[in-house]
Amino acid sequence: MKTLKIWFLFLLMGMFYKAGAQDTTDLMNLLEKEMTSSKDMTYYTTATFKTTRLVNGHSVENVAKGVLDVKISHRFGNLNEGFYELFGLDKATMRIGFDYGISNNLMIGVGRSTYQKTYDAFFKLKILRQSKGKRKMPITLSYVPTIAYRSLKWQDPSIKNYATSRLFYSHQLIIGRKFSEGTSFQLMPTFIHQNLVTGANDPNDLFAIGIGGRQKITKRISINVEYYYQLEDYKLPGTRNSLSVGFDIETGGHVFQVHFTNSPGMNERTFIADTKGRWDKGDILFGFNISRVFTIRNKH
Amino acid sequence: MKNIFLIFTTLFLFTLSAGAQNFITKNGKISLFSKTDAENIDAVNNQAVSVINTQTGSVAFSVLVNGFLFKKALMQEHFNENYLESGKYPKATFKGSIVDMSKVDFKKDGSYNVTVTGDLNMHNVTNKVTVPAVIVVKGNSLSANTTFKVKLDDYKIAVPKVVENNISKTIELKVDCNYEAR
Repeated sequence: MKTLKIWFLFLLMGMFYKAGAQDTTDLMNLLEKEMTSSKDMTYYTTATFKTTRLVNGHSVENVAKGVLDVKISHRFGNLNEGFYELFGLDKATMRIGFDYGISNNLMIGVGRSTYQKTYDAFFKLKILRQSKGKRKMPITLSYVPTIAYRSLKWQDPSIKNYATSRLFYSHQLIIGRKFSEGTSFQLMPTFIHQNLVTGANDPNDLFAIGIGGRQKITKRISINVEYYYQLEDYKLPGTRNSLSVGFDIETGGHVFQVHFTNSPGMNERTFIADTKGRWDKGDILFGFNISRVFTIRNKH
Repeated sequence: MKNIFLIFTTLFLFTLSAGAQNFITKNGKISLFSKTDAENIDAVNNQAVSVINTQTGSVAFSVLVNGFLFKKALMQEHFNENYLESGKYPKATFKGSIVDMSKVDFKKDGSYNVTVTGDLNMHNVTNKVTVPAVIVVKGNSLSANTTFKVKLDDYKIAVPKVVENNISKTIELKVDCNYEAR
């Protein structure tokens, strides 16, 4: 009986020692239970793209609330114009734009392009946000309507010209998904309406489907591709589909986008529905966008 | 012999029940601060989860990296996407203990200066840290706070040359938590 009790004592002491050593692990397990489990929290995807434009067109990204994004874009002339034109660098069209975040899901923007002296305005509304956890949503969905006003002088001032003939509208739904830290894709079904068209049989209503994506090659640099396919009966004759390939380079408060494209225009109607260049003929032009972000109103 | 056996058992059971007291917080405040001539960066996380075991002196913290809130939205995005890579490493943790338990009496109200040492894990790198802390006992709750510095290099957090004048190589972390007995 005596040995049994001594043995029992040692057993008790052993249990006490073991309890102390496991303490930190138990503490972490307790912490894990206390932290709201991933089933109860919703994680919204961020940074699907580095900025609010893919190349020419919009991405699913919005500018954050209270933030002003100044956008300066250049498109040069065609590379196949040869050395005399310095491969298109001598001809440049420019757009300056200002985007502002009213809320985290709604942004507005205005801009002016030298190409056809066009003023443009838009808003972008984020309707769905990609998320995982408690609320699962596989895509981010945005709606972007734009309006453009071409302020070139009338070709024939003697006839009755209407101000509304200078207006162009577009509506886009942008459906995007961040597949992994470095890979994102989006689809951009687009509707464009022109009040005035050149030929009597030209359609006023145009449809196109855009597809694009980005692949990060380093933490701060990605390759972007954007293609807009125009539907056959709903495009202007003689126009080509817009294809653009470029790089996004992010440095602190700037995002530089440098690319090659066949579209000289920088608002939806001109680059989606009025591109005449052909990649296979070398009607490719070099262009860049610079985006600089200013925080106007701090978050808190 | 019977008496010795009874004494040991009672002592053992007594220490088990008396000491197994955990103090927990789910709203611990952790702030980070970087000071340079170009600009100051600060962010706050108000959802740190922490546990202190007053019997053994063990301390543990767990913090969601994307819970740090910055005034500038772009800073918060870069912090998560480029610097801390919170997509890959969502949590930062601390596992350690109070070195000099004798300096603090958890049953008596008062303010105690202690030293806490343990493993700090951030950005998938673990380093041993030893920091001075103040524990304030008040009735059935206690609060703890500490301020210490970490070097970005120690945690493999890379700063590109373009912005190296805007981000300090040493970041100040401030911890301020109020615990309740559980």
